[in-house]
Amino acid sequence: MSVVPGASAPSIATISAPPFGLKVHAAGLDFGGAPLFEALDLALAAGSWTCLLGPSGVGKTSLLRLIAGLVAPWPGTTVECGDGGPLRGRIAYMAQQDLLLPWLPALDNVLFGARLRRERIDGTARERARWLLARVGLGEKLAALPAALSGGQRQRVALARTLFEAQPLVLMDEPFSALDAITRHQLQALAAELLHGATVLHVTHDPWEALRLADRLYVMAGAPARLRAAVVLDGEPPRDVGAPALARRHAELLALLANGKREAA
Amino acid sequence: MAWLRGIAVVVGLVAIWQAVVSITGVPEFMLPPPRDVARALVGDAALLAGHAGVTLAEILLGLLCGTALGVATALAMAAWRPARDWILPVIVASQAIPVFALAPILVLWLGFDLGPKIAMATLIIYFPVASAFFDGLRRTDPGHLDLARTMGAARGTVLRRIRLPAALPSLASGLRVGVAVAPIGAVVGEWVGATAGLGHLMLHAKARVETPRMFAALIVLAVIGVVLYLAADRLLRRAVPWHAESNPAQD
Repeated sequence: MSVVPGASAPSIATISAPPFGLKVHAAGLDFGGAPLFEALDLALAAGSWTCLLGPSGVGKTSLLRLIAGLVAPWPGTTVECGDGGPLRGRIAYMAQQDLLLPWLPALDNVLFGARLRRERIDGTARERARWLLARVGLGEKLAALPAALSGGQRQRVALARTLFEAQPLVLMDEPFSALDAITRHQLQALAAELLHGATVLHVTHDPWEALRLADRLYVMAGAPARLRAAVVLDGEPPRDVGAPALARRHAELLALLANGKREAA
Repeated sequence: MAWLRGIAVVVGLVAIWQAVVSITGVPEFMLPPPRDVARALVGDAALLAGHAGVTLAEILLGLLCGTALGVATALAMAAWRPARDWILPVIVASQAIPVFALAPILVLWLGFDLGPKIAMATLIIYFPVASAFFDGLRRTDPGHLDLARTMGAARGTVLRRIRLPAALPSLASGLRVGVAVAPIGAVVGEWVGATAGLGHLMLHAKARVETPRMFAALIVLAVIGVVLYLAADRLLRRAVPWHAESNPAQD
């Protein structure tokens, strides 16, 4: 991790508790009357970054929402934390839309989780929120309303808000897909750096993004959907997308994705 | 620019009015020329001001009560499911009764003072405010609610921190309608039975065939309505500055 001047470690760290692994077992979910997936298993290793790839509509987002507790799965579905603790209250969720509250300035949007939980917002919390906004390059925009920010800047605020939550499990649903190529590239690197050490589940439809960030990636395909064999990647993310080894992986992955699509059809 | 346009519209309307009087030769007791009405406006200024003050008080008090009741109803329906299930049908059904038809009953119950007029204005303002605000409270961005759930928010906090502020632009729309219709309630109340107010003055002037005074009262009422609306619009714009506006004429 890079060292930022003025950043004193513990109060500013982006994870508040040691990361834990996650096991999803026999997951089933309906969508519009038809089973989206059934008997689906997924394991996330503690502190690792997992990407979920697959065509639109295959159920990636639904799986993420199931883990986040936002949709009710079939009975029999279990979601277990590796450390035996509860999942509730230990996740941070970042969606494709920035979901900033339009009436709050950037700083208050970052602090919003603490407000919702009725936590006391003291100088330390404010300092941390300011630091995070500075880290995502918005140190000058603390008081700006979302409407005054560009799409990329808004998603940066959303990233800062996700980091402020400092949760050991981070669920991200295509967080960078609405951004232009340059902004996406920058935010990927920033997320890889600042979420280092957390357990991350990241849904994306961009193979390059998955190859750049993931320790392990799954391809989700078929109806009902299944997870295909994991691809394990080595080297420290964010990886250099110019590397020939990665280009080869990309070609394999595209073949796998195309295959999945054909199977589904 | 807007001021110039406003003046141009007023001048244009007065010109049309004068033209109608000159061309048709309509008797003065039916449609007096602008000159006579202007004379009444100046000559009866004190009288008009006194009655206008009464009507304005009725409108403002009605706005206050109607808004408070409307906001409270919408919040109750949003916070508590049984409240919605029981109150909403009653409110909707109540709109089938013309408010005007209630005016005589209100006068019977509340007398000839401010009471029935404020009640009329309150009734007429209540529905647009309650329905617009409740609509806003219902149509919260589901993404924001998802986010709040993953953040471990309490339900009351979600209402206060997300649903309520998100519904403010809708409440503002309801208030604009309320401000625009409030004078109707007050004047109808005055017609049915009153001892003061612009509506009362108009009826009184009509009985004595003082048509210019009738028109003068009408103009004062219109000015009150427009000024109230513009003031409310400005205030509401300032209160919800994040609410983006676009002009359909520029698409």
